[in-house]
Amino acid sequence: MNAMTGTWTLVGPLADIPRQGARVVKTRNGCIAVFRTAEDEVFALNDSCPHKGGPLSEGIVHGTSVTCPLHAWVFDLNSGTAQGADVGQVPTWPARVEGGQVYLDIGQLG
Amino acid sequence: MTKKKLVVIGAGMASGRMLEHLLEGGGPESKNWDVTLFNGEPRGNYNRLMLSPVLSGEKTYEQIVTHDDDWYEAQGIACRFGEQITQIDRERQVVVSKGGETPYDALVIATGSAPFIIPVQGKDLPGVCTYRDLEDTNAMIAASRPGAKAVVIGGGLLGLEAAAGMAARGAEVTVIHLMGHLMERQLDPSAGYLLQKDLERRGIRVHCKGATKAILGKDRVEAVLLDDGTVYDADLVCMAVGIRPEVRLANDAHLEVGRGIVVNDQMQTSDLAIYALGECVEHEKQLFGLVAPLYDQAKILAETLNGNTAAFQPVQTATKLKVTGVDLFSAGDFAEGPGREDIVFRDPGRGVYKRLILEGDRLLGAVMYGDTADGSWFFDLIKQGKDVSDIRDTLIFGPAFAAGGAAANPLAAVAALPPEAEICGCNGVCKGKIIQAVEGGATTLDAVRATTKASSSCGTCTGLVEKVMALTLGDSFTANANPPMCKCTDHTHEDVRRMIKAQGLKSIPAVMQELGWKTVGGCASCRPALNYYLLADWPLEYRDDRQSRFVNERNHANIQKDGTYSVVPRMWGGVTTPAELRAIADAADKYNVPMVKVTGGQRIDLLGVKKEDLPAIWSDFNEAGMVSGHAYAKGLRTVKTCVGEQFCRFGTQDSTGLGIKLEKLLWGSWTPAKVKLGVSGCPRNCAEATCKDVGVVCVDSGYQISVAGAAGMDVKETELLCTVPTEEEALEVIAAFAQLYRENARYLHRIYKWVAKVGLDWCKDQIADRATRKALYDRFMISQSVYQTDPWAELAERPADWAPIKTLTLEAAE
Ligand code: SRM
Ligand SMILES: Cc1cc2nc3c(=O)[nH]c(=O)nc-3n(C[C@H](O)[C@H](O)[C@H](O)COP(=O)(O)OP(=O)(O)OC[C@H]3O[C@@H](n4cnc5c(N)ncnc54)[C@H](O)[C@@H]3O)c2cc1C
Ligand code: SF4
Ligand code: FES
Repeated sequence: MNAMTGTWTLVGPLADIPRQGARVVKTRNGCIAVFRTAEDEVFALNDSCPHKGGPLSEGIVHGTSVTCPLHAWVFDLNSGTAQGADVGQVPTWPARVEGGQVYLDIGQLG
Repeated sequence: MTKKKLVVIGAGMASGRMLEHLLEGGGPESKNWDVTLFNGEPRGNYNRLMLSPVLSGEKTYEQIVTHDDDWYEAQGIACRFGEQITQIDRERQVVVSKGGETPYDALVIATGSAPFIIPVQGKDLPGVCTYRDLEDTNAMIAASRPGAKAVVIGGGLLGLEAAAGMAARGAEVTVIHLMGHLMERQLDPSAGYLLQKDLERRGIRVHCKGATKAILGKDRVEAVLLDDGTVYDADLVCMAVGIRPEVRLANDAHLEVGRGIVVNDQMQTSDLAIYALGECVEHEKQLFGLVAPLYDQAKILAETLNGNTAAFQPVQTATKLKVTGVDLFSAGDFAEGPGREDIVFRDPGRGVYKRLILEGDRLLGAVMYGDTADGSWFFDLIKQGKDVSDIRDTLIFGPAFAAGGAAANPLAAVAALPPEAEICGCNGVCKGKIIQAVEGGATTLDAVRATTKASSSCGTCTGLVEKVMALTLGDSFTANANPPMCKCTDHTHEDVRRMIKAQGLKSIPAVMQELGWKTVGGCASCRPALNYYLLADWPLEYRDDRQSRFVNERNHANIQKDGTYSVVPRMWGGVTTPAELRAIADAADKYNVPMVKVTGGQRIDLLGVKKEDLPAIWSDFNEAGMVSGHAYAKGLRTVKTCVGEQFCRFGTQDSTGLGIKLEKLLWGSWTPAKVKLGVSGCPRNCAEATCKDVGVVCVDSGYQISVAGAAGMDVKETELLCTVPTEEEALEVIAAFAQLYRENARYLHRIYKWVAKVGLDWCKDQIADRATRKALYDRFMISQSVYQTDPWAELAERPADWAPIKTLTLEAAE
């Protein structure tokens, strides 16, 4: 789908998100963490860890994973699933970069 | 039959190839056209790619001309070189130049690109050039006298070829690159690191993360100034920061233009009589910057003009850098992404790095450095989208293995080595000698190191030595009892620290490449450790990587269970003033702090501060003269003191004053784990100095300095390091000891754990030796010259970084 039509919401310039870091988007239903990997891929996940609600946007980003800042659960940014022995799932949202701008498809939240 | 008039604007790589296809075919159609070729440059077609060998002196201009006068004559082309087209009049079907109007039946726009000029002060000074044509090349050749200074802005393909070319002619070249590593569009950080190393070996200086602020000079360029204040002298500045499609004519003529001139599959623009090809076009939103797809466009356009139907389909491109002796290759898509996996191979000894990116059973991209022999084979697999599941295990070893070579069993490879094969390059130890040592009873790595010296210098061969041991000992071999740092590497923390120093590794990608990291970019466990080791070992050269830090150190505040933060300003030695207390009270009111608490470290904690408020609250504290208490840091926390001789009837020395001096000396320093001090004025020890990382107990004759206490998860009394007579010496000893700890401990080990490993006696010896102590102290102070700054002085200037990138609740409420 074209970013200019449909449900894609403009979030801001990719350059405003640090490489291997994240920024949050505030929505009516809580924050969404928008991650940027070392290789400029973007991913959007709810900014709340299924363990005890830790802000995933503050975790260390490595490859396409993030480690929760509170108790170090690791999540795959693609699927939002917890890695290793931990069990949990973070809701994910489609994200894309076009012309240096980040767009999220967060449906009615936008 | 009357011929149709074809006018071509631009004699570049794309139009040259197109004219060959159109006119050389020999078929009857090739005689249909009456061609006029305009070119802005005062010459005809030449091979623009080969300007780099001309610059470096490996070729002459004459050798790179692709079409000479004889050719144009034979094809009957009217050449109008050095004649810029200034306007296209679509209504009357003519183009305008200084020679007047030229009518066309069909028009081809092939104007290529214009180099992008960054809009900084001084960009128009004489001595500033770009890198696009022969004039630029000649300007650089003229400026590249031995000893001349050249600065290239831009560390991409073009910039690096310019830099290498001028360096080959003897100029002193500096490359300034905005991003974290060179050629970031084609290479990942590991390959970028190897490239930088190769260029530096040729004497080219590379400055990454450098933003140009201004080009300085009066009548001509003299220097380049960066945002961070660095100044590089320059006799010549080459800007190679990117290109933009040259679309001015098309724009003025109101053709459809996006980023480039929009064309369809037949290379036709929005005007049926006008075609375009080359770097000036945009096809299905895509731009082109390499010649391979342009050559395809040339073929398609020739077919279209001859009335045949053909459709342009962009192909994947692969990149090589034309610098003699630099071997890199990049193709396809190498970004990490949903469902993608990496295969990584590193050979530190040879400076080789290879990475394949797979999605499902298909190869998507490849990045290689140092050994690119298999590049075209991989490129083929990428283009064809072949199923590689059968050869996946050995894919990275290239076609030789895929054709059915032996399975890549690393142990088998070592087994196959002859006894005289060298294992440890530093100490010249061969395989046979290690086997002998093992058979002679050296069954641990340390024992092998002691008897043969293998793996005792740079350490890179440790894995090989262990494999030889495993082969010799069979099942009874247990690898290094000390576990590796994390799953990304086989090396222990200690080995990594040793090798960072021995091999002079100064960046995270350098460590990962030279020590053979098994993952592309590390993990949440090794990255913070490496970041610490590098900043501790190379304070002046390494730049802290904020994204490799845990949340508290990244945000300079302690995260709480609900995602808010706590704020603890420094209270030197636990002493405060009414003014400071007022500032704290004001901040607590202003930012609605839910709890104000006195900590166990003799200072005040404001708990529950919102992340967005951190820059503002800290800028208020900075204004009141207060700095971060680093209550979150693997660094100096607090120095607890008691009242001491100033007021206490038992006090023997000014324990409060010494505590303040110590905190002012040590604050801001990063350490492997947190460091807490206590200074008590007498052995009654009211500051609990004897359970701190470092404790000072004042006595009549001076200062008892003891170390390695603990009062957290373990409780342990400190042990005496030394007793010194003066305050001055106490300060020097403690800073030197802190440096000893900083340089030697593994990340996250508190002082008591580290001392238990290295032994208190060893620490005592280091500190007792005057020269060693002084050198440690000096190195500590060098590090402090960089790191003893309040982080908020800079961070509070950027409040936007701490706020959400976007708030949708407001819009949604409308
Ligand atoms: C605020 C404070 C408690 C208080 O309200 O008094 C505190 C609060 C925390 N301590 Fe502490 N410690 C505090 C004094 C202490 C002390 C007492 C002291 O320093 O005199 C100790 C025992 C002495 C020692 O360190 O050996 C102490 C031993 C620990 C430990 C165990 C360390 C160990 O090596 O065994 C941890 C856990 C850790 O660091 O991994 C810890 C960790 C923590 C953390 C950082 C937990 C965390 O990671 O979030 C708490 C942060 C709360 C916050 O957001 O501010 N805290 N903590 C004290 C801050 C002192 C300051 O001004 O900086
Ligand atoms: C130093 C260097 C090294 C390179 N190395 C490589 C490489 O290794 N591999 C690779 O694939 N690519 C490389 N490239 C890129 C490659 O050269 C270009 O992609 C290619 O030249 C583009 O062809 P083009 O015909 O679109 O434009 P150009 O070759 O730039 O030709 C455009 C021509 O149009 C003329 N012109 C513009 N406006 C007007 C006007 N109004 N009137 C008349 N004439 C006009 C210009 O003077 C120019 O001669 C390199 C480029 C440079 C500069
Ligand atoms: S003892 Fe320290 S770490 Fe434990 S709850 Fe109290 S403040 Fe937190
Ligand atoms: S809240 Fe994320 S790991 Fe506990």
